[in-house]
Amino acid sequence: MRASLILGALLSGLALAAALVSFLWTPADVTQLAIAQKLLPPSGQHWLGTDHFGRDMLSMIMVGARTSIAVALVAVGIGMGFGVPLGLLAAARGGWIDEVVMRGNDLVFAFPSLVIAILITAALGPSALNAIIAIGIFNIPVFARVTRGGALPIWTLDYIRAAQVAGKGASRISIQHILPNIANLLIVQGTIQFSLGILAEAGLSYVGLGAQPPTPSWGRMLAEAQTMVALAPHVAVIPGLAIVVTVLGLNLLGDGLRDALDPRLRGSP
Amino acid sequence: MIRTDRLAVGIGGHDILRGIDLALPPGRITGLVGESGSGKSMAALAIMGLLPQGMAAEGRVELDGQNLLELPERELCRIRGKRIGMIFQEPMTALNPLMTIGDQVAEVLRIHQGLDRKTAQERARDRLDRVGLAAPRFPLTLYPHELSGGQRQRVAIALAIALRPDLLIADEPTTALDVTTQARILDLLKGLVRDEGMALLLITHDLAVVAGIADHVAVMQRGTIVEEGPTEQVFRQRRHAYTRALFAASTHQPRLVLPPAQPRPLLQVEGAVREYPLPRRGLAAPREILRAVDGVGFRLDAGESVGLVGESGCGKSTLTRAILGLDPLQGGRILLDGQEVRAGRAMAAELRARMQVVFQDPFGSFDPRWRVERLVAEPFHLTGLPRDWREQVAEALYEVGITGDAMRRHIHEFSGGQRQRIAIARALIIKPRLIVLDEAVSALDVRVRAQVLDLLARLRGSHGLAYLFISHDLSVVRQITDRVLVMEKGRIVEAGPTHQVLGQPQHPYTQSLLEATPRIPAAWQAHIPVNGLALSPPAP
Amino acid sequence: MLRYVIRRLISLGLSLLLASALIFSVVELVPGDPASFMLGTGAQPETVAALRQQMGLDLPLPLRYLHWLGGVLAGDLGHSFTYKTPVAGMILDRMQVSLPLALMALALAVLIALPIGMFAAARRGRAGDTGVMAATQVGIALPNFWFAMLLVLLFAVKLRWLPAGGFPGWDHPAAALKSLLLPAVALALPQAAILARVLRSALVETLGQDYIRTARAKGLSAGQALSRHALRNALIPVLTIMGMQFSFLLAGAIIIENVFYLPGLGRLIFQAITQRDLIVVQGAVLVLVAAVILVTFLVDLSYALVDPRLRR
Repeated sequence: MRASLILGALLSGLALAAALVSFLWTPADVTQLAIAQKLLPPSGQHWLGTDHFGRDMLSMIMVGARTSIAVALVAVGIGMGFGVPLGLLAAARGGWIDEVVMRGNDLVFAFPSLVIAILITAALGPSALNAIIAIGIFNIPVFARVTRGGALPIWTLDYIRAAQVAGKGASRISIQHILPNIANLLIVQGTIQFSLGILAEAGLSYVGLGAQPPTPSWGRMLAEAQTMVALAPHVAVIPGLAIVVTVLGLNLLGDGLRDALDPRLRGSP
Repeated sequence: MIRTDRLAVGIGGHDILRGIDLALPPGRITGLVGESGSGKSMAALAIMGLLPQGMAAEGRVELDGQNLLELPERELCRIRGKRIGMIFQEPMTALNPLMTIGDQVAEVLRIHQGLDRKTAQERARDRLDRVGLAAPRFPLTLYPHELSGGQRQRVAIALAIALRPDLLIADEPTTALDVTTQARILDLLKGLVRDEGMALLLITHDLAVVAGIADHVAVMQRGTIVEEGPTEQVFRQRRHAYTRALFAASTHQPRLVLPPAQPRPLLQVEGAVREYPLPRRGLAAPREILRAVDGVGFRLDAGESVGLVGESGCGKSTLTRAILGLDPLQGGRILLDGQEVRAGRAMAAELRARMQVVFQDPFGSFDPRWRVERLVAEPFHLTGLPRDWREQVAEALYEVGITGDAMRRHIHEFSGGQRQRIAIARALIIKPRLIVLDEAVSALDVRVRAQVLDLLARLRGSHGLAYLFISHDLSVVRQITDRVLVMEKGRIVEAGPTHQVLGQPQHPYTQSLLEATPRIPAAWQAHIPVNGLALSPPAP
Repeated sequence: MLRYVIRRLISLGLSLLLASALIFSVVELVPGDPASFMLGTGAQPETVAALRQQMGLDLPLPLRYLHWLGGVLAGDLGHSFTYKTPVAGMILDRMQVSLPLALMALALAVLIALPIGMFAAARRGRAGDTGVMAATQVGIALPNFWFAMLLVLLFAVKLRWLPAGGFPGWDHPAAALKSLLLPAVALALPQAAILARVLRSALVETLGQDYIRTARAKGLSAGQALSRHALRNALIPVLTIMGMQFSFLLAGAIIIENVFYLPGLGRLIFQAITQRDLIVVQGAVLVLVAAVILVTFLVDLSYALVDPRLRR
């Protein structure tokens, strides 16, 4: 499935490029309100039309991509940073350490990121940081599980035994042998969590638990568009499409990477 | 009667099998032998019409004068399981884990004869009785995980013969089993052929198994049958060079280069005990303890080669792990050069460096992401990486016969035999006194195995190495060891010089092991003059 | 079997206990005093102190937790600051919308995913498989609340077949179901796409197992081997995902309720957040989390029903 790898890289590259370019240039200034120009359909001047404040939709989408990507990326970082070491530890030590880590994971799994966001927001008030923390916390057990699941079968292999006979301890083996051999799994899971993070951020911002005005965000654009769906469908359709394209791109990329990185499908004796 | 006529299998214009002619008359056992990759399993799948996707068969597979290859899939389903049955190598995974054995046997009867569940179950009972799984010890309600490997293979046989097929195809049916279990399964198959008058196509890599059971034998190499005929005739005459090579390798005896005797103890195991807690049976049941190694003691001298044999579950792997300093003992002690072997960090690197290991699985023994030079150099962790480590790695590889640009390559670029040589190089790199060979040649084809055994014999002489050779295979132990220890249920039941223990076994367990081990009759092993050159007969 | 159930029960109890402690302490750590919040800014310090004592706020944290837990076990989740009514009753009211919605969505997701996953697995590697799996990729990428807006646009605004929002109550069952239909579809479709993919890959994996070969050698057709042997073996990973999906569905329901103006738990929570009615937030979150933990427990039990190896 080379096709999914290429298409995935193209689509997610598009979202990333939009976010990066927005720092240097956008077709219009998103802080400039022009009520007279509100809810214009797509045209030569505004390629994707304008919203209810008359802001250029294309510019809004580009700036919104920043929020989505930043939130999801940092959340993946949090998940990997805590989850991978936990998973490696659980697999290497087994016994009660494994039990504690895994039960802790189950517990966190019982708190969907929306619930965590609700709790944090209730406690500290809404902000984009909440979304990052909520999605990040939810990512931790995901990565811990994937890491442990990938590491356990490797621990039964003879090359681990050979490393032990060569006097290497559990942490050295985890870093030298286990981690490189599950890197593929982690990369693939990383892209999946990235895409889930973008979806989750959109959902949280949509219900007001994520990015706050004036930070542009795809989810909040949809929330604001809701009352105007019937009047000007494009204000609701376009941010949604942006989410779909980005998430689809990342999922395809993950799938493509899974196949491309699978040692069973690669190289021959 | 079933026969194949110029049966060929190809994938994308590439031939896998060519010109396979087999006659499989009722009541006859035909052995199909060859090394891995010779295409013997593919021939079986072609007969069954179960070739993997993308492969196509040509020629004829004839049943009652009808060519099965021309039948539509729907018709083939009516023939599979009814006219032709098949069993496979891995009994542990061959049965559906979520279905009772009664239902799995009954399913055959229900599909082909449309019986109701109750009648089908009654017949299934009868068939399970026939394969030696009689009520009340083996009720129909058992699940596969409640049975041993040999018992599961019996269930697989029961469902394959449930409808008394014309032909039973058995693809390496005993390769995954212990020798005593293998002997019983082979007996069962023999009896079934006799009683039910079916034809048996037995696919195996093991010449000795074929010698003991088959009436007729076909030798396969690279997708064709190179020689066939009545078993005794084929084995005695060995007309084809490949048959001769296989035969020589199966009975190969490496030239023993005996190092000078050194009656200095290198490894001493004294009253070793290793226990595991078993999972509790009931809520309040006391925690049972399995004593996997139960007071084992032996001594291995410097430069000596000692075999440790026993069937799966006898505790030899557990003992090996303790000797390697991977698991702690619950009692007794293990001394290497007079110093105690301990698990984990408690054992000094300097002591660990006197002992290395070679494992069975040539595929799992190496980190697939490391290059060969780094793999072979890994034991330097114990001694510190010397400046000239690359030269030393190259030298070790040269000694085991791996040359060229191997150092910069990854392990998947090597064959099974080459990998095992690289594993030996890794063990040699820090010049240990003892190498533990844990089923080190068990996964190799006979000809490669003979080469690796030669290599091991040569290295022992040149490096003054001692070997602890762990194996389930008596014939391999016979080929490479001076002394042998026989292990059963966690204890060593017999020990002594190899020729003595395997020649006149004293303990009943050793006797039963030897009896169960298939062997090519000595009378068939007479040497054959080839092109005026006489191949020397194997040592007795 | 009993041993397995008891172990799971213990783990269930522990999870519930830990989760409740976590929720309790997060809400407790919120800056600001509920007593002074309730009485307003102009309250006398003595009145606040008296109320604090009455509410048990002067006790140390662990004691307050036990106090609260005792109440929860007796069905008392406290009183809402703003509505001055028992939180338990409010939540119960709202669950009558949220729970049926989540269950409907789960049922729909399974009904859609099952045939799709089986179809794709049976045709693995062929055009049908590739096409269906590409469609599920798009399904997964759909944000459910956006999809819900599109559904409203089409079925409520343009076609006028179904209501765009609101809930008539269960006194009018037909109308109630009708108003839950679009939200359920919006929730179910992305989840169905995930489930179909999981089912397909689990089936493809089991179809490569030795016992499938045995089944084919018995004379079962490829389809029979799939439905009689592979499906049940593929169920374990599918059950795991279904259990996790229930928590996504509950969370998703909370968001979707905003699109359709449904008076469910989600609306209650967001109102409570804007009004800083922390007791309500605490109670609602506790119920949500307990529901997820309970479903995980049920999934664990169903493993044992599927797999005899776990019944020991």
